[in-house]
Amino acid sequence: MSWRSEATVLAVAFGYLALLFLIAAWGDRRAERGRSIIGSPTIYALSIAVYCTAWTFYGSVGRAAETGPSFLLIYLGPTLAMLLAPFVTRKMVRIARAQRLTSIADFISARYGKSTGLGALVALIALVGITPYIALQLKAITLSHAVLVDYPEATGGTLENAPFWADKSFWVALVLAVFIILFGTRHLDASERHEGMVAAIAFESLVKLTAFLAVGAFTVFVLYRGPGELFARVAETPALLEVLGLAAVPGGALGWVGTLALAFLAFLGLPRQFQVMVVENVDERHITRAAWLFPLYLLAINLFVMPIALAGLLGDAGGNPDGFVLTLPLGTGAEGLPLLVFIGGLSAATGMMIVETIALSTMVSNQLVMPLLLRARLLPRGGQGALAGWVLGVRRLAILAILLLGYGYHALVGDAYSLVTIGLVSFAAAAQFTPALLIGLYWRGANRMGAGLGLTAGFVLWAWTLLIPGFAQSGWLDAGFLTQGPFGIEWLRPYALFGLEGWDIYTHALLWSLVANVGLLVGVSLFTRQSSLEQTQAALFTEALHPRLDQASLGHAGHTPRGELRALLDRYLGAATTARVFAEEPDQDDRHPASPALVARGERALAGALGSASARVLIDSVVRGEALDLPALLSILDTTSETLEMNRRLEQKSRELERAGEALREANERLRELDRLKDEFVAMVSHELRTPLTSIRAFAEILRDHRDLPDDKREHFLEVVVRESQRLSRLIEEILDLARLESGRLTLHPERLDLAELARRGVEAMQRPLEERGITLEVAFEADAAPVIGDPDRLEQVVINLLDNAGKFADATAPRVRLTLARHKRGFRLAVEDNGAGIAEDERERVFEKFHQIQHQDDGAPRARPRGSGLGLPISRGIVAHLGGRLWVEDAPTLGGACLVMELPEAPDDDAAPPTPPTAPASPAAE
Amino acid sequence: MMPTRRKERLIALIILATLLFTPPLLLVTERLGPGALTLSVFLAWAAVIALAAWLLEGGRRE
Amino acid sequence: MTKVLVVDDEPNIVLSLEFLMQQAGFEVMTAEDGETALTRVAETRPDLVLLDISLPGIGGFDVLERLRADPDLARLPVIMLTAHGREVEREKGLALGADDYVTKPFSTRELVERVKALLGEAGQEGAS
Repeated sequence: MSWRSEATVLAVAFGYLALLFLIAAWGDRRAERGRSIIGSPTIYALSIAVYCTAWTFYGSVGRAAETGPSFLLIYLGPTLAMLLAPFVTRKMVRIARAQRLTSIADFISARYGKSTGLGALVALIALVGITPYIALQLKAITLSHAVLVDYPEATGGTLENAPFWADKSFWVALVLAVFIILFGTRHLDASERHEGMVAAIAFESLVKLTAFLAVGAFTVFVLYRGPGELFARVAETPALLEVLGLAAVPGGALGWVGTLALAFLAFLGLPRQFQVMVVENVDERHITRAAWLFPLYLLAINLFVMPIALAGLLGDAGGNPDGFVLTLPLGTGAEGLPLLVFIGGLSAATGMMIVETIALSTMVSNQLVMPLLLRARLLPRGGQGALAGWVLGVRRLAILAILLLGYGYHALVGDAYSLVTIGLVSFAAAAQFTPALLIGLYWRGANRMGAGLGLTAGFVLWAWTLLIPGFAQSGWLDAGFLTQGPFGIEWLRPYALFGLEGWDIYTHALLWSLVANVGLLVGVSLFTRQSSLEQTQAALFTEALHPRLDQASLGHAGHTPRGELRALLDRYLGAATTARVFAEEPDQDDRHPASPALVARGERALAGALGSASARVLIDSVVRGEALDLPALLSILDTTSETLEMNRRLEQKSRELERAGEALREANERLRELDRLKDEFVAMVSHELRTPLTSIRAFAEILRDHRDLPDDKREHFLEVVVRESQRLSRLIEEILDLARLESGRLTLHPERLDLAELARRGVEAMQRPLEERGITLEVAFEADAAPVIGDPDRLEQVVINLLDNAGKFADATAPRVRLTLARHKRGFRLAVEDNGAGIAEDERERVFEKFHQIQHQDDGAPRARPRGSGLGLPISRGIVAHLGGRLWVEDAPTLGGACLVMELPEAPDDDAAPPTPPTAPASPAAE
Repeated sequence: MMPTRRKERLIALIILATLLFTPPLLLVTERLGPGALTLSVFLAWAAVIALAAWLLEGGRRE
Repeated sequence: MTKVLVVDDEPNIVLSLEFLMQQAGFEVMTAEDGETALTRVAETRPDLVLLDISLPGIGGFDVLERLRADPDLARLPVIMLTAHGREVEREKGLALGADDYVTKPFSTRELVERVKALLGEAGQEGAS
């Protein structure tokens, strides 16, 4: 059995379509059970890939073979548009959801005051512009089927002479009609999502990508041994090289930009893209993922287009380049792969047809047929739900009609065009919607008259420059129409309108149609008025992302008896839907007026089924009174934005205040702490000053009052007075030093000096006083010279202080003090140790606190505390820190008591000038 | 709501992508030899997608 | 002979007080910290104590508290000496049962008079 036999191909093709039914049915079942399978951003992105049709699948290679890299533009445009999706599409989704909009025609109609006429115009343009595109898909199916089955016999690709029932694509169209009726019209409310359909579309996107990548990989890696060999072969054929450059692009650089713009605009204006991106969107957040995932899909599906085109041209596979993806593998005798490719193409074609037909049928029923029926009062005056069936019936008929129209177009006209030509003509039609869409989304002033005239002019110019010439080319019109212009009027030549020659036909058509379209939209809008409903809708659209604008809550001013509203909804939507609309306020008398919110809910429910324009007409027929007008809406917006702004400012202010309060509290805390410390310090100072002063005063008074004292006693007392006075002045000096240190005003005179020599001087000075106290002083210099930078007087004061201090803490019975000086790394350490009790670990830092007095205990026996102000160590540490050194306490290494260590950095070389003193304020606590 | 910084970065990326995809810059690569234009478009395309993914996905964790 | 105990950790202050009290005709004992002071009180039963507040080990207030806690010593006249001029301390001292409170530096004449005044009252009590 051959894989390519007619029977196998048919079985596989219709089997594939059956699989789509299964997937769609499964998707709908899951949705009914509330376990949606399409609630994922990846599925959303894949469904957007419905953009890639049979035109991509077969036509890209054909286009690459003929016009080089220009095929990429069709995908670069949507890439740019998709990057904008987080702004534009999000806004559209928000609006469509709030107003239950069902299609791009409904969207544009709603934006411009729920205009019936505008909606009908858009639907009509879409119908005319897109039907060829559907025909294109059918043509692709017919052609690919013929190539697959007939290869290697060249096929003309036409079955014109055969009866339609022999054309497989007719049956495909019929099967699709059944599929779309089943899965596209399940709900009356067209604004509801078609989950099964979206699931099937996402699946189709995977199939076509897989098939295309497979044939691409086959071409590059099986036909050739990798891209290297392929391109090496291409390089040998100079004629092929031209295909790779801009020279092959029609219209050159200008054509490049024109086609890019065309693809960008068409992507936003195509009804099927609106359907999957806006109507079928489940979650706004999915847009963010799709914004890069969909472009990635486009990149992937285009990766092998150029290699396949080049390989086709090289191998002279023959036939239409549009068929290279099939003929290349067929040429090697492969059978399975061509079948897969055929299925891939089928999936690309059917996916497009399904979504496009749903979108178009909704437009046709809601924007064209229903308004006509309503206006002509042709609808039966049936009772409950009678009209719901009508609406669905109209939509189903529309589906059938659209597909048959597509088939008819394919059968009658289609052969005159290549795939690409039809596609771009459709693109140019869809691009006409984008100005009304985008400008309406951001400019409140755009109005119905402008949009209508712009669209009409754009459409007419599109038809003149692209559609009609197409007919002329296929022989339906005289070819002289193209070369000489109608009736010989040259400036009306379709491909050189107003004498603009030398452009590629698409850029040419796009330029003129857009100039007219945008020009009229803007120009007319600037000079005509908007109706009040239009103003309201314009504001609702442009402000859709306003943070507090809840469109659903905007009511309808006026008074309508609930009964009338109920009857209206009953007729069009059926009892179940009506009950849902009324569910929120059920227990009221039907003679009471309906609340504005209820009227708004009713209108939205109708809009979902009939489109916003028809819903408006119907509601207006029962509601007496005005809809929410622009001033009211603007005041809502202004109030909310003012309130928002106010809130934002208030929040900011209060945050600032909080921060300021916090800072103030901290500052206050610090001040209080400083205050407390200052009080303590003052108390300490006064205590320390009073002590010697007490002795001085007491002895002075004694000497005054007792003039008969023996000489030795008098002398003794005088001696005490002198010593205590000295102590007092020393104390005052120290307090001043400390104050200067703390305020950073201590002036040191740093110079290069030898710490060893300075230590010797200190030892000499202290030798006697210590000996007098019975203290043994040992000295060990491990460094002969210790150059440091320091203030000699201050450093000597520190050394003496350390020795004196150690003497006080040395053992009471056999006191010993030891001074050592040694090099340590890049500095010198002067250590003074004693053989006292040592200082406990947690006391070691506290000895550097002001007035800290260590409570000394020897074997539990209290001992007079050592004399001293308690300021020596803090001052010493401050001085040392000021000179860039450190002072700390550790265990005495040899004597076992406490050891105070002073470390100073080594002075730089002799030649170096003495550095300027450090300017940082020194504090005794700093280390 | 998108944070303002992300919005601004995305707009900058769109402008960059437009520049990379259109002639003035494209003509530069055209001169590098046959195939350079197609290759450069693909590279620029991939870079734009990667940047967008980084911007849009990374931003979520910001 | 009336006995006065002088308690202070500054040797020179002790020296001056000792001299002043001797000149006033009292027998003088000295102590340089709280612990010694309590021992001296127990050993020699002074008639009056001149007690410095800031002492190493047991502080002046603690000494006073312990004296007052002892029923035998509860009425022993105590004059607190302090280098802190703060009102709070004066009040604390008086609240704890100090009989008088003298701030350093003091007037020697005034101090002697206060001691005499206290001893006079105590003496009268003792005489009755």
